[in-house]
Amino acid sequence: MAIVELHNLKKYFATQKAVDDISFSIEKGSVFGLLGPNGAGKTTLIRMITGIFFPDEGQIVFDGKKFSPIHDIINIGYMPEERGLYKKMKIGEQALYLAQLKGLSRSEAMAKIKEWFIKLEMQSWWNKKVEDLSKGMSQKLQFVTTVLHEPKLIILDEPFSGLDPVNTNIIKDEIYKLSQKGATIIFSTHRMEQVEEICDHIVLINKGKKILDGSVKRIKQDFKENLFSVGFEQEPSLNGNSIFDLIGKQDHSYVVKIKEGHKPTDVLKYFIQQNAEVLSFNEILPSLNDIFIRLVEGTPVSRQFQKIEA
Amino acid sequence: MSKISIIIKREYLSRVKRRSFIISTFLFPIFILLFIVGSVLIAVKSKEIIKIAVPNDSFLKASVKSDSSSVLFIFDPSVDQTNFDEKGYTAYLRPNRDSAASKNYTIISRKQIGLESMGDIRRQLNKAYEDKLLLQKNIDKLTLDSISAASDNAIKLGNITVDKGGKEKEANAGLAYGIGFGSGLLIYITMFIFGAMVMRGVMEEKMNRIAEVVVSSVKPFQLMMGKIVGIAAVGLTQFLMWIVLIIILSSALQLFIPAETLHHIQDVQQNPAVGQNAALATNLMNAKEKIVGGAQWGVLIPCFFFYFLGGYLFYAALFASVGSVVNEDPQEAQSLMLPITMPIIFSFLILSTSISHPNSPLAFWGSMIPFSSPIVMMGRLAYGVPESVAWWELFLSMALLIAGFIFTTWFAGKIYRTGILLYGKRVTWKEMIKWLRRSS
Repeated sequence: MAIVELHNLKKYFATQKAVDDISFSIEKGSVFGLLGPNGAGKTTLIRMITGIFFPDEGQIVFDGKKFSPIHDIINIGYMPEERGLYKKMKIGEQALYLAQLKGLSRSEAMAKIKEWFIKLEMQSWWNKKVEDLSKGMSQKLQFVTTVLHEPKLIILDEPFSGLDPVNTNIIKDEIYKLSQKGATIIFSTHRMEQVEEICDHIVLINKGKKILDGSVKRIKQDFKENLFSVGFEQEPSLNGNSIFDLIGKQDHSYVVKIKEGHKPTDVLKYFIQQNAEVLSFNEILPSLNDIFIRLVEGTPVSRQFQKIEA
Repeated sequence: MSKISIIIKREYLSRVKRRSFIISTFLFPIFILLFIVGSVLIAVKSKEIIKIAVPNDSFLKASVKSDSSSVLFIFDPSVDQTNFDEKGYTAYLRPNRDSAASKNYTIISRKQIGLESMGDIRRQLNKAYEDKLLLQKNIDKLTLDSISAASDNAIKLGNITVDKGGKEKEANAGLAYGIGFGSGLLIYITMFIFGAMVMRGVMEEKMNRIAEVVVSSVKPFQLMMGKIVGIAAVGLTQFLMWIVLIIILSSALQLFIPAETLHHIQDVQQNPAVGQNAALATNLMNAKEKIVGGAQWGVLIPCFFFYFLGGYLFYAALFASVGSVVNEDPQEAQSLMLPITMPIIFSFLILSTSISHPNSPLAFWGSMIPFSSPIVMMGRLAYGVPESVAWWELFLSMALLIAGFIFTTWFAGKIYRTGILLYGKRVTWKEMIKWLRRSS
């Protein structure tokens, strides 16, 4: 069952088609990656899902019903990329304020803040001001205020930017836990290695259009180039063959590309016939980073402004 | 609790709790007082005395009298137009050839003589000439002097307004001028202070990047209105504190002074021969009674609060929309603010002329159009309702102001909604107009 379904969403601004006919759905309980280069339209898309923007065209279905920002806001937690806090406000009061704006009562909010502050060892912060916090600390606070009201859908836009590895792991662990408890997480970023690690399903958009949609496993399979790495005790000499091409040589290993119509076992058979001692045999799948670059490359890096007749 | 009231509460408390709020509440009246005292002092000090050297002119010598303290005519035959400043004179009066209808003079000075002083000089020369003509008609000098002594300040002019039903009311132009100008000035200053406060608040939210976090929970319009209403409450709190402060101060004064003053007044009543001090005291008492009784406080105070709030609401939303489109550059704010500050400054200019002519067309239209009505109407109201401002004028002006702020809030809300989420981009007026036309 999908928690969010987007049907032909469009949002045009004066000088560009920020989101141009995008449809996809996000499964309940999944960790979903929304990828794209800078200016692809990710933020505009998210702003529509969070009810900040109204789409020019298209429909959003939230949890089986037509999306209604006023009622569904309580079920969404959004940490924008451009995020901040009131600098002069005390941290406890700030968390309380933001939770109340989400619709929690004061006492409910208070109980949950205390719980989270204990969990992330932030109890001593309550009466400090935001201006006294380091960047990592305020990011932690921001994460807490995003998930405090136990939303069904959590949207994190570049959640780890500017965080050190220790704090990144703390937040990552919390995201895992929330996901295990049944929350759906949308993860927007252009950092591919994080996506590979965390996400089940991804959508890649570029210049306002969806160019890739599928599970991480599926996509890697789709984009594989039949590359294998073969490790040897002693590299055999190669005298040309019809089964594979040699792509690269490393210490005690070859990278080979299997030709159309052959199977990996054919490669192994070939080497065995050559009396080579094969120590390892692995398929090389492309990283999302490679796929990303391959798909986005060739299009201008930054979006060009265009005139929109609407 | 609804979301907008949560926002109002935060905006209000975060400002009222600040130390600067308490300080400014006490400093503002002191500042105003210093401003008034200072400007009076400057006006007194800067009054220049003009010493004019007059050559041997028989007619002038006979009749010109230096009645004004700022212009002195001194007869010194040794002075001519080349050496007057060496001898300590400001100017030299040169007689020209007279025509049949007029006597002609030229003032020769190193620096240009001010408009007011020129008027003084002309008036005194006229008076001297008039005296000369009278003397020529065989009125002897003694009679002339006694007449001018008797006519000096002999006319006391009062003004009573009377309505169609014949009900009379004593008008007090000086008091009305003071109250009207004072309350108009107060609205003018506070509009800037609180308008700028709204703008800075919005800019802060945008620059801190908290705006997007908040608008994912509430509508941008709620955020904007919450801020505007919260700051209005701060303004009203400040006014209330000033009123309380005035009451405390004046009752404290009465606590210390009354015994003696009351004695004086009783002395005066029982014994009219007590000296001038007592007379002064009764004069002061009369003046106080006039101030308390002479103005329609029952109309003025509610109207003041209405026009303060109305004017604030009219401009605050516009200030908010400017704050929402500004990026890091404060200079941008300056240039974008200009179209908003110009009408406020312009209204103040209208006030300063319409306060002397409260029934002129300029004053009428200025007090109707919502851009200037909060400031200008206060100036007119002091002259009395319904004597100067008919009831229908007052109600029409109020209705227009309410319609006006609903419109500006709607208008500003549209700009605000887009501007608050737009980072790192300079926004032009043209683009903002485009945002207005977009429907959703």
